[in-house]
Amino acid sequence: MRIQRRRISAALAAGLGFGPAAFAQFRVEIAGVGATQLPVAITRFRDEDASGQAISAIVRADLERSGQFRSVDSSGTLDERSAPEFPSWRGRGADALAAGSVTRLPDGRFDIRYKLWDVVKGEEVLGQALAVSAADLRLAAHRIADAIHEKLTGERGVNATRLAYVTRTAGRYALHITDADGEGGQVALTSPHSIISPAWSPDGRRLAYVSFENGKAVVMVQDVASGQRRSLANYRGSNSAPAWSPDGKRLAVTLSRDGISQLYMIDAEGGEPRRLTNTSAIDTEAVFAPDGQSLYFVSDRGGSPQIYRMPAAGGNADRVTFNGSYNISPAISPDGRTLAYVARSNGSQFRVMTLDLGGGTPSAVTDTSDDESPSFAPNGRLLIYATRAQGRDLLMTTTLDGKIRTRLLSTGADVREPAWGPFNR
Amino acid sequence: MKQVLRYTVLGGVVALLAACGSNVKLDDTPVESRTGSPPPADSTGPRTAQQGSGVGSQKVEPVAIGGGSTASANLGRVVYFDYDSFVVKEDFRPLIESHAKVLATNKGKRMVVEGHTDERGGREYNLALGQKRAEAVAKSLALLGASDAQLEAVSFGKERPAATGSDEGAWAKNRRAELKDR
Repeated sequence: MRIQRRRISAALAAGLGFGPAAFAQFRVEIAGVGATQLPVAITRFRDEDASGQAISAIVRADLERSGQFRSVDSSGTLDERSAPEFPSWRGRGADALAAGSVTRLPDGRFDIRYKLWDVVKGEEVLGQALAVSAADLRLAAHRIADAIHEKLTGERGVNATRLAYVTRTAGRYALHITDADGEGGQVALTSPHSIISPAWSPDGRRLAYVSFENGKAVVMVQDVASGQRRSLANYRGSNSAPAWSPDGKRLAVTLSRDGISQLYMIDAEGGEPRRLTNTSAIDTEAVFAPDGQSLYFVSDRGGSPQIYRMPAAGGNADRVTFNGSYNISPAISPDGRTLAYVARSNGSQFRVMTLDLGGGTPSAVTDTSDDESPSFAPNGRLLIYATRAQGRDLLMTTTLDGKIRTRLLSTGADVREPAWGPFNR
Repeated sequence: MKQVLRYTVLGGVVALLAACGSNVKLDDTPVESRTGSPPPADSTGPRTAQQGSGVGSQKVEPVAIGGGSTASANLGRVVYFDYDSFVVKEDFRPLIESHAKVLATNKGKRMVVEGHTDERGGREYNLALGQKRAEAVAKSLALLGASDAQLEAVSFGKERPAATGSDEGAWAKNRRAELKDR
């Protein structure tokens, strides 16, 4: 397994002009998609090695993972004061070029400066200077990638957002909060018991999740900065599937306290849950539509698990998925127009699908067969999901059409249950 | 009809022989089986069923007294399920009946039923499916004599497999409900 990873890293390094495998980002790219990506050159920032973070490599990897850029030969020593030879960069196929420097300040912080040039027009389009502590160097690189992304596409990048996910190593579980590339993170919780279903509050300050530390499923809410945690729902039986309302004031949860798994609404500060569904079926995995007016959820009231939509206050539910006999784990895009979910086909293959909620047929996003828990990036352009390859659980990000898929670096631990955090970091 | 064999063991065999000769009517005298320690004021300790050793011609019926975990220690504790199913199969009725009896005769005893699934499918839906399996077993126990207050049904979904492996052999071992004492 390790040998294979190194081989992949070497191939990537050779092919994409990366430095020593600081970023072994295994990427699947459908042939022919390159024409739609903006070719960009990000040269090594002067003295970035001395800072301890490969700033330019982080920026390059961020831009590629977005699916909207591809790297061209970025070798060369430039910085933000350079006057680039635009014809030679055009000759390399670049439409845009970024160069910069990292300078250590007397107080121990780092001064990062860079410029972005439009190579075709031969003019500077962006220049920035940031002063950050050593601990924030990765975040600074992500912010630079976001600025470049936004300048060149007009859309907001998600590189400075955070992920939550769970790892399992040798029987211990850990809930991680990391950068959007899966790295540079901290452990929010460790436990000998399973942790599932992390869910970010809309302001990014709290994480709800399900913990089995009490010998059963209990919904916990944890303050990310302080680590303070409390149980939100610990009723008879199982308490699970927390989902925040867009205003952050309530959560939909699944409780089995009345004898079967049903949907309930509960105030974020706690209190008596209000029952929303009243069926003799399993109703679970509720998520709010971005306007807060409806819930999408999973129910097997029709005989097998399908995705339904109902008013957030409760009421009649309309079925949303009609293909296949097993459709679960709904996620709604930030613009409310696309449903991502997991469909089972051929009895045992589980695959992330997308469906235009305005009408249309579902399309498969992946070609793997063990997918779980898709989650949208807050700009709606990417999905993160968990899958399995060669006996390991791992995380992938993908464009919605499935054409650019990137494996997030795994440390050898089983990784699962990803949740993409909001824009406010 | 329950019979509890009660006798005081003083000097072992001598006492047994004395009791043997006293024509105790086993049918209507409540007796308690002891392991040799002096009898406590009330019987709260674990009791073991004594075989009728050394009591001569009087037949002593060994009785397992429900109460401590020892009473159900020898009973199976796992009910297995078919794929996507939470139906308790007939094969497991004797197991459930035995546990229900133990619970029915010991109102202070509590158990938890833990439902599980195999690894296939989503975590949350499997959590709910495991919960249905646990509830189905708890309901069966209640129908056969246990009270609701003695039982809690919980689920681990696919989080705690009993067997690793991605084949039907492992999957079948993981689709289960486990009965545990509380």
